[in-house]
Amino acid sequence: MPPDQEPAIKLVGLRRVYGDRAALDGLDLEVAKGSSLVVLGPNGAGKTTLIRILATLLRPTGGEVRVLDCKLPDEAWKLRGKIGYLGHEPLLYRDLTGRENLRFHAKLHGITGARAESRIEELLTAVNLAHRGDERTYEFSAGMRQRLAICRCVLHQPELLLLDEPDSNLDIEGREIARMLIGPGLGHTRVVVTHDPDRYLPEADQVLRLTIDEKAAAVR
Amino acid sequence: MTSSRTAFAAILGKDLRAELRTLQSLPAMALFAITSFVIFRFGLNRTHLDGSLAAGVLWATLLFAAVLGINRLFVAEREEGGFDAIRLAPIDRSVLFTAKVAALIVYLVALELIAVPIFVLFFLSSAASLPPLIIVLLLADIGLACTGTLISSMAVNSRARDLLVPLVLLPLVVPLMIAATAATEPLMLLGGVSYHRFGTWLIVLGLYDLIFALLGYAVFDFLLED
Repeated sequence: MPPDQEPAIKLVGLRRVYGDRAALDGLDLEVAKGSSLVVLGPNGAGKTTLIRILATLLRPTGGEVRVLDCKLPDEAWKLRGKIGYLGHEPLLYRDLTGRENLRFHAKLHGITGARAESRIEELLTAVNLAHRGDERTYEFSAGMRQRLAICRCVLHQPELLLLDEPDSNLDIEGREIARMLIGPGLGHTRVVVTHDPDRYLPEADQVLRLTIDEKAAAVR
Repeated sequence: MTSSRTAFAAILGKDLRAELRTLQSLPAMALFAITSFVIFRFGLNRTHLDGSLAAGVLWATLLFAAVLGINRLFVAEREEGGFDAIRLAPIDRSVLFTAKVAALIVYLVALELIAVPIFVLFFLSSAASLPPLIIVLLLADIGLACTGTLISSMAVNSRARDLLVPLVLLPLVVPLMIAATAATEPLMLLGGVSYHRFGTWLIVLGLYDLIFALLGYAVFDFLLED
C-alpha cells in the first residue's frame, strides 16, 4: 500500500486486560485518513479503553496498534502532538482562567507568542467565550467547560481527533458550535465514542459496535 | 517536540500562579512552622537554644512543614486531569519532574523566609549563623524537593495519599536530615559560629541531592505510565 494510502488507524488483534477481565479482546480495525469512525456500545464494553489506547494514554496488553504511521506504544512520542483528545475530563485547571488554560496547553504544544494569542482568541470567539475568557474556569458551567475543552482539543490543529462523548453537557447551541470545530468535513480523521447514534450515525464513514464479553464487530 | 525550556516554564508558571491565587500550601506550611516554634519555646521552657538541640528543632519543624506541601504537589494534576494533558503533549515527561522540583524549592524557600527569622528571634542570641545556614538550607531544599516530588507522584493516585507520603518519604530523608542537622549544629554553638566538618556535611548533602535528582529524572517517565 503506498504511504499516502496507509490507514490513519490500524489495529490487529488489539487486546487490553484489567486484571482477569478483558476490556478489548482481539479487535481488528482499519480507519482511512480523513474519515470518521463512530464507536457504539453499552457501558463497560471498552469504548473509553479503545480511545485511551489510541491517545497513547493506555498501553495495549497485546496485538498491533498503528496510528498515523506510528507503532504504539514504542513510537508514542512521535504521535503526541498530532492528537486532539476530548475525554470525560476537560483537562482544564479550575484556578486558571480560560485564556490561561489555553495558553498553558499552547505552550505544551510549542505554540507561543503572537501565534498562540491569535489562535486562542480565534477559538474563544468561535465558542462564544471571548467575553468570559479571563474568568477562572471553576466559575464556568459544565457546558462552558466542555466548550473550552473543545478549544483545548483543537488548539494545536491535530490530524486525529479522539472524541469521547463530545456532546456531554452541551446545549443545542453548544452542539452546533462543537460541530464547527470538531465536526466532519474539516480534514481531520475522527474517532467518536457516543451513546447518541441518531446524531452521529449519519456522519459516520465507519461504525464499530463493541459488545461486552464478545469480540468487537465492525458493522459497516 | 516542544522545547523542554518552554514546557518547564509553562508548568512552573502554572503551579506558582495557582498557588498565589489559592494559597493552598504555603500558608499551611508557614502556620505549622510558627506553631511548632511556639510549642517548642514553651514546651522546652527555654528562650535560648544552641548546638544540636537548636539544629534539631529547626530541621524537624522544616521537614514536617515541607510534608504538607509535598502532599499537595500533584493534587491538581490528579483531580483536574493535568497528568493526561502532559502525557498528550509532545514533551519530555521528565520536564514535569524538574518543574515540580523547582516549584517545591520555591515553596520551601518561601517557607524558610518566614520560619527562619522567627526561629532566630525565638531561640538564637545572634544572627551570625544565618549566612552559612543559607547554603545548608538550599542544599537540603534541593534534596527534599527531589525526594518529595518522586514520592508525591507515586502516592498521588492512592486514596491513602496523606498517609503514604510521610510513611515513605520520612525514612528516605533520614540521611538528608542527619547531614543537614550535622552541618547546622556547629553554626549554632553557644561560643559562636564554628565550621568544624561543615564542608564534609555539605558534600554529603550535595551527593544526596545528586543521587535523588538523577533517580527522579530516570524513573519519572515510567511513573507516568498507566
